[in-house]
Amino acid sequence: MMLPEIGLAALIIAFLISVLQCVLPIIGAFKLNQRLIETARPLATVQFLLVALSFIILLHAFVINDFSLEYVALHSNTHLPLFYRIGAVWGAHEGSLLLWILILNVWTVAVCLFSRSVDKLMIARVIGVLGFISAGFLLFIIVTSNPFLRTFPNIPMDGADLNPILQDPGLMFHPPMLYMGYVGFSVAFAFAVAALLSGRLDAAWIRWTRPWTNVAWAFLTLGIVLGSAWAYRQLGWGGWWFWDPVENASLMPWLVGTALIHSLAVSEKRDVLKSWTVLLAIFAFSMSLMGTFLVRSGVLTSVHAFAVDPQRGLAILIYLFVVIGGSLTLYAWRASTVRAVNMFEVYSRETFLLANNVLLIVAAATVLIGTLYPLLLDALHLDKISVGPPYFNLVFSVLMTPLLFLLGLAPLSRWKTTDIKIFLQNTWVVFIVCIVLSLLIPFVFPSSLSFGLVLGLFLSFWIILVTLQDLTVKSKVFRRLSSLSLSYYGMVIAHIGMAVTTLGIVLSSHYSVERDVRLLPDQTATLSGYTFQFLGVHAMVGSNYKGVAGDFLVFQNGDDTPFAAMESEKRVYIVQNFESTKADINSTITRDLYVSLGDQYDDGSWSLRLYVKPFIRWIWAGGFMMLFGGLLAMFDHRYRVKK
Amino acid sequence: MNKRFLILSIPLVIFLAMVILFWKGLSLNPGELPSALIGKPMPSFKLSSVADPKIILTPEMFLGHVSVVNVWASWCMACRAEHGMLMDMSKQAGFKLYGLNYKDTQESANHWLKTFGDPFVTSIYDPTGTLGIDLGVYGVPETFILDKAGMIRYKYIGEIKASDWKNKLWPVIQKLQ
Repeated sequence: MMLPEIGLAALIIAFLISVLQCVLPIIGAFKLNQRLIETARPLATVQFLLVALSFIILLHAFVINDFSLEYVALHSNTHLPLFYRIGAVWGAHEGSLLLWILILNVWTVAVCLFSRSVDKLMIARVIGVLGFISAGFLLFIIVTSNPFLRTFPNIPMDGADLNPILQDPGLMFHPPMLYMGYVGFSVAFAFAVAALLSGRLDAAWIRWTRPWTNVAWAFLTLGIVLGSAWAYRQLGWGGWWFWDPVENASLMPWLVGTALIHSLAVSEKRDVLKSWTVLLAIFAFSMSLMGTFLVRSGVLTSVHAFAVDPQRGLAILIYLFVVIGGSLTLYAWRASTVRAVNMFEVYSRETFLLANNVLLIVAAATVLIGTLYPLLLDALHLDKISVGPPYFNLVFSVLMTPLLFLLGLAPLSRWKTTDIKIFLQNTWVVFIVCIVLSLLIPFVFPSSLSFGLVLGLFLSFWIILVTLQDLTVKSKVFRRLSSLSLSYYGMVIAHIGMAVTTLGIVLSSHYSVERDVRLLPDQTATLSGYTFQFLGVHAMVGSNYKGVAGDFLVFQNGDDTPFAAMESEKRVYIVQNFESTKADINSTITRDLYVSLGDQYDDGSWSLRLYVKPFIRWIWAGGFMMLFGGLLAMFDHRYRVKK
Repeated sequence: MNKRFLILSIPLVIFLAMVILFWKGLSLNPGELPSALIGKPMPSFKLSSVADPKIILTPEMFLGHVSVVNVWASWCMACRAEHGMLMDMSKQAGFKLYGLNYKDTQESANHWLKTFGDPFVTSIYDPTGTLGIDLGVYGVPETFILDKAGMIRYKYIGEIKASDWKNKLWPVIQKLQ
C-alpha cells in the first residue's frame, strides 16, 4: 500500500501551494495586479483538498490498523474500539498538528466562500496571511512531526494502544472544538494584519471581522466546556478545573478573545480604540500559538515527567518569533499613523468596554505569569517551584469581582455620555434585593459562612436582575420584543450565562460534601440526605480492558424504593497494564451524585468515595449559554452575507 | 522616532523578552535533582536490547558490580555533546556502563551507535518511555549510579562534563567498590 506515501506527498505539495498562496495574492494586492489577486481562492481551495486528503489517509490507516505506520503503532491497537481509533488520530503530537492544519484550511475556505461582498484586495491579503500561517505549520509537520513515518522492516504485530485516560467520548469532540476556536482566531488575526499591510485601519475591516471572531470564540468556549466536563468525569476526584498549564493555554486565548469581541464592538460603533483592537486581534491568535508552543514543546512539562524532543520546541519557537514578532513589528510601524477622531466621556459605554478590556487582559496576563513563573525561576537558576491553584484562585477572584459588577451595569450605559444619576435611580432597588438574597441563602441553607459565597451570589444575582430589568425597559415591558436586535439578545443570553457559571462555581464549591467510606456488600452509607447502598461487585470484560464494577442503589432519605442505580467501574487496560477508575455520576439540574470505587480489603470490604455536588452542572450550562449568545449575535442582520 | 511609535513597540519588546525566556527554557539544564529513588532498587523491567530485539534484559544484569546507567536518545542534542565523554568513561575499569535508550526508534538508535561509537556494554530499548517514567526521568541525558546489589545510589541530570565526572560521579563509584 502506497497510501501513507501519498499522504506525505500531499502535505509537501500543500506546503508549496501555501507558499504560493502567501506570496502571489499579497504581491497582487501590492501591485494591483488583477490576475495575481484572483489566484487567492483557487490556491486556498487546492491546499484544503490536499490537506484533507492526507488527513483522510491517516484516518484510514487507523481504521484498518496499519501498524507499518509508527504513529498508528504507538497510539492504537486492534482491540481498541473503532470509535476511539478515530479519536486516536489526534490523540498525540503528530496527528493533533495535522488536525490543527486541517482546521486552519477549513477556516480559510470558509473565508473564501463567505466573503464575496468584501473588498477583493482585502480578501487577497487575508488569504495571503492565512497562507503564511499555514506554510510555517506545514513545514513544521513535514520536517519534525511526520505522522506517516514507516516502521519498516519490523512491522509490529499489534499496537501499543491509546493512552487509557484518552479513551473517553470527550476525545472525539473536545480537541476538534478547541482547535476550531484556537485556529479560528487566525481569521481575525489575518484581517488585522491585512488592514495593517494596506495601511487602511478603518471601520471596514472591523465589520468584516466581527462575525468570524464570534464563531471562533463560540467554538473555543465549547472546547473549554467539553474539556472541563471531561476532566470532571474522567479524573475521578470531582474537580473540574485544575489550573494545569494545558488548561491555562486554552483559557488565555478565551480571555483575550472575550476582550476582542467587546473592543470590536466599540471600534465598529464609535470609531475609537482602533489601534487597541488591532493589537487585541494579534494578541488573541498569539495566545493560541503560544498555547500550542507551551503544550507541544515540553518547555513546561520538561519539569514534570515527560521529555519531549527539544528540536520541535525550537522549531515552534522560531515560528512564534516570525509570526508574532513580525505582526507586532508591523503593528508598531503602521498603527502609529492612526489617530482617534472621536472622543468619549468618562461615564459612557466606551469606558465600560475599555474597563472590560483592561480587566480581561490583566486576567490573561496573570494566568500567563502564573504559568510561566516556574519556568522563569528555573531559567534564572533560582528555585524549582510550581504555582498552584491558590495563586490563581486568589488573583482571579480579585479581578473577576469588578469585572462581573461592571458587566451587570454596562448594558444600561449609553454611547458617548451617560448621566450617572440615571444609573443610581434605576439600580438601587435591584442592588438592595441582591444583597438581601445573597445574605439570605447562606442563612437558609447553612454552610461555612464565607465572604466568597455571599460575594459570588451577589454578583450572579446582580448580573441576572439588572440584565432582565434592562430587557424589560428596552422591550417596553415585553410588548416590543421583536424590535430588539439579535446581537442585543445574544448579549443578554451570554451575560446571564456568565452569571449562571458563577453561580455553579460558587454553589458547588461551598455546598459540595464528600465522604470516604469502607463498605461490605449490602451495607449503606448516608451523605447529605442520600443513602447509598453497596450491592457488591461483578466482573466485567471490555474489548481492550477487564475489570470489576461496583453496583449501588441510591435512596432519598426515608424512602423505601431507590430512585437510581449506579455502577462505578475499575478497569485494567490490558495492553498498557494501566488501572483506571470510572466513576458513575447521577445528575439532575440541582445536584450531581458521584460514586467512585476504590480498593478491596482483605475482609471483602471496598473503599468508596461519595460526593454530592449541588449545581455543578450550572458551570457548563452557563458556558453553553455564552456560546449560544455569541452565535446569536453573529446572525444579526448587519452581518448578513450579501450574495 | 516619535513617542507614539515607542509606545506601540512595547508589546513587541515584551514579546521578545518572552522569546528569550522560552529559548533559555528549551536549553535548560535542570542540574542535580534529588531522586525519590535513591537507596531503592532499580524498578523492575523486561525490555529488549537496542542491538537485538531477541535479547531480553532485566534488572538482574546489574548485580555483582557497580553500574552506571546513562539515559540517552538519538534525538537529544545534549547527548551528542556528552557522547565523547561516555566513550572515555567506557575505557576506565571498576564499573560497567549501560545505556537506556529513551523514546527512540531502534533504527536511529543503532545508526547513532554505529556512527559515533558504542560505549555501552548493552543498551536497554525503551521506546515508550515506560522505564524512564518509573525512574523519574526529567529530561535526557540523565545518569544513574547503581551499587553491586543493584540499588540506585546517585542520579545526575544533564550532560556529564569532564569536571563533573572527576568531582562528582567518579568519587561515588570509588566509594561503592
